[in-house]
Amino acid sequence: MLTLTHYLVLAAILFAISVFGIFMNRKNLIVLLMAIELMLLAVNINFIAFSQFLGDASGQIFVFFILTVAAAESAIGLAILVVLFRNLRSINVEDLDSLKG
Amino acid sequence: MTWTSLNASFATPEIFLLCAACAILLIDLFVSNAKRHITYVLTLAALAVTAYLLVTNYATQPQLAFNKMFVADPIASISKLGIVLGVALVLIYGRGYAAARGLFRGELFTLTLFALLGMMVMSSAVNFLSLYVGLELLSLSLYALVALRRESVQATEAAMKYFVLGALASGMLLYGMSMVYGATQSLDVTVIAHKIVSGEANRLLTVFGLVFIVTGIGFKVGAVPFHMWVPDVYEGSPTLIAQLIGSAPKLAAFAFIIRILAQGLEGFAFDWRGMLVVLAVLSLVIGNLTAIAQTNIKRMFAYSTISHMGFLLLGILVANPIGYSAAFFYAFTYVLTAAAGFGLVMLLSREGFEGDQIADFKGLAKRSPWFAGMMLLVMFSMAGIPVFVGFFAKLAVLKAIVNLGMVWLAVVAVAMSLVGAFYYLRVVKVMYFDEPTDNTPIVAAADARIVLSLNCLLLLGMGLAPNWLLAKLAEAVQYSLLPL
Repeated sequence: MLTLTHYLVLAAILFAISVFGIFMNRKNLIVLLMAIELMLLAVNINFIAFSQFLGDASGQIFVFFILTVAAAESAIGLAILVVLFRNLRSINVEDLDSLKG
Repeated sequence: MTWTSLNASFATPEIFLLCAACAILLIDLFVSNAKRHITYVLTLAALAVTAYLLVTNYATQPQLAFNKMFVADPIASISKLGIVLGVALVLIYGRGYAAARGLFRGELFTLTLFALLGMMVMSSAVNFLSLYVGLELLSLSLYALVALRRESVQATEAAMKYFVLGALASGMLLYGMSMVYGATQSLDVTVIAHKIVSGEANRLLTVFGLVFIVTGIGFKVGAVPFHMWVPDVYEGSPTLIAQLIGSAPKLAAFAFIIRILAQGLEGFAFDWRGMLVVLAVLSLVIGNLTAIAQTNIKRMFAYSTISHMGFLLLGILVANPIGYSAAFFYAFTYVLTAAAGFGLVMLLSREGFEGDQIADFKGLAKRSPWFAGMMLLVMFSMAGIPVFVGFFAKLAVLKAIVNLGMVWLAVVAVAMSLVGAFYYLRVVKVMYFDEPTDNTPIVAAADARIVLSLNCLLLLGMGLAPNWLLAKLAEAVQYSLLPL
């Protein structure tokens, strides 16, 4: 029998993986965008699990909004990535070093 | 649920702004590059009408609309007026700058209007859903605006960093919101507050969520240790976008924090106060100490913003109406001060010359005594020297902190303000006591010069008579925190 805790633990593990993905990743910007998506999906699992087990629909409605905003967010992220690639000819995280102080 | 129960009239300014932004987006398609000033004038007209609607729809007490998603109250009305003013100043100061760099295009205006709409929704939202949607509308517009100068490596790199850390912040905030939702079974800020007071909320789960919410807020306002993006974004983005990021959103962030922490999670004020103390002290210390080492004035402003956000958080962590109104005054006056600072940087710039190094201010007093004097007013106000408005803003926050009995915190804040005075006064020294290295006359349009001068003189004027605004904001905070 799956309980609320199982879902929360799953979401926490996914969230932790995505945070590690953002901070540990030094290679590829696309992996960073993937980690951001994973983070939002972990939050969605949380909301849906709570919504189901507490019997309150507003959490599921929130998930629709998060999904929509996440789509817009990744569109903007990829657009910035394309522009960056045109200028830099690279999507390596380590090449983002023109701003330092 | 009927049409009238939506109470949509309380959101008239937002509804108008949304329609105006869409209309301007369409009209701009039929405007040729040579006639782009039509879009500019329409955008300013839209801002003027929005400001007029905000004044006529001023809410003296909290009024709920859109099924408790949206509230019209004095804090929201006054914040929104300050935000509209801040955005209008960006467009007025930045017109010449944008035109000289090929940025004077339709997307600048529509994205700015949508960012403004996002800030207005943030100020009025009383539900996690509307708070999140407003915040994202602002953030997504800003990511795109930072990358407006497409061919620049610096601008696109700044946009990428801003995007990644901004998305991380949203993720943290959402994770925290989901935990609070799980603990209280509600997304409505007022219901959450009730459940916490009545003890129905699961304490462990709420505090766990609170940690993530405070982290997310820390990222968004750029408080240390979540400040890495601020200097890079300020330096890399076009100066007018740096002004847009550095001024009006601070006021929206204030309203946002009040909604979540003061109205929703007030029952856990003791817990979030501890977290904000850490953020505020680190921001004051690291912001001010790092600013000393900067040679780029936009980067220096970035670290100075970090330290000013430390002060803002100091006001909020007092967790009573005195502290909130001090923080409100701080945010409101900071919008005007930051706008004037960036406006002066853009005044010195011209085609092919950014003018964003502190060395570019050398001998400004000989090139233009009037604008050197204006820069002096801005620097004195940021440093918090008496008679200028920045002093009274800091004083109000310090008073609230001392009232609370946290004297050591006030001592840290004062000591760090003294450190801050060093790098602000260094700019003044460079302007008045160094020889000018380039003697090109200043080429700024008359409207930008006049508005900029008025803005700087206002910093002095509000410093001479701060009590009216202070009393007004204190009253606004008092009426807004009435139970709904």
